[in-house]
Amino acid sequence: MTHHIKKQIYYEDVKVGDEVTPLAKVASSRMLVQWAGASGDFNPLHYEDSFAQAMFVNSPIVHGQLKRAWLGHLVTNWIGEGGTVKVLSCQFRGMDYPRKMKTMTEPKDGETWQCKGIVKKMRVENGENLVDCEIWVENGKGEKTTPGSAVVALPSKK
Amino acid sequence: MAEGSKITNDIKSMIGLWSEPVVLEVERGAIARYADAIDDDNPLYRNEEYAKSSKYGGIIAPPGFFGWPVGGGNIEAGMARVVGAVASAGMLRILDGGIELTFYVPVRAGDILVTYGKLADAREKATKSQGAMVFLIIEQKYLNQNGDLVALARQTLICS
Repeated sequence: MTHHIKKQIYYEDVKVGDEVTPLAKVASSRMLVQWAGASGDFNPLHYEDSFAQAMFVNSPIVHGQLKRAWLGHLVTNWIGEGGTVKVLSCQFRGMDYPRKMKTMTEPKDGETWQCKGIVKKMRVENGENLVDCEIWVENGKGEKTTPGSAVVALPSKK
Repeated sequence: MAEGSKITNDIKSMIGLWSEPVVLEVERGAIARYADAIDDDNPLYRNEEYAKSSKYGGIIAPPGFFGWPVGGGNIEAGMARVVGAVASAGMLRILDGGIELTFYVPVRAGDILVTYGKLADAREKATKSQGAMVFLIIEQKYLNQNGDLVALARQTLICS
């Protein structure tokens, strides 16, 4: 197995306005099934057309908590193993619809979601080097369907 | 309470009350499947040898994963009463409005967590398009086998 030893980011490397390294995600119907099984969210809103319509959405939508988990990945990927996630929050403002499958494992062509973030504030509190970030998931049209925020602690070079 | 409010006395009576505890088991395989489901290949979530040499000293869970109920069952079992009360009040549509997670201690493979949920608040808002909507704030706390507070979750459910 290959290990992904990345260069650690330190508090001193960061400044307000910096971008959190973006992360691309593709929601497919397969991923939604996999997420349901892995997370325990078996709400038919995420796999049943008729149920989704009864809930006033056109077709099954991406789980909000899956998008929250993507944002968790965005943040942990950026801060590396030396960093710690303190707070992660997001609001589910817009519906996202998964790509259908083309083959067993490959989704059809369609939109790709981007998880992004920006550093808003930095502060040292109780000996921790804290960074406040605005984070979000945007859909293929560039609309922020899932805005949120994160507080992370980064290691210091000092 | 205003006449015709969708926040019934039944719902109101639950505000502030912690649910019965639900015991959650954090299995190593379940952590790996959760990470797989979001296409996160971080070895901390699946490679014992690698994780041992990290600052955590073992496999941890991605932020937001708290395991599965011991002996099976539904993860949200603790909040079933609240969901039932919402349905009894005639609200059949429940959407996830958002969540805030605050983390205190890492969740590790092999942990046995206990979680309690409560309805923290219920507010009704009038909307032009969809009539009155009820915003429920559900709080969930997670403790580990050492009695440490692991995380707090604050979720908004939008009911109509």
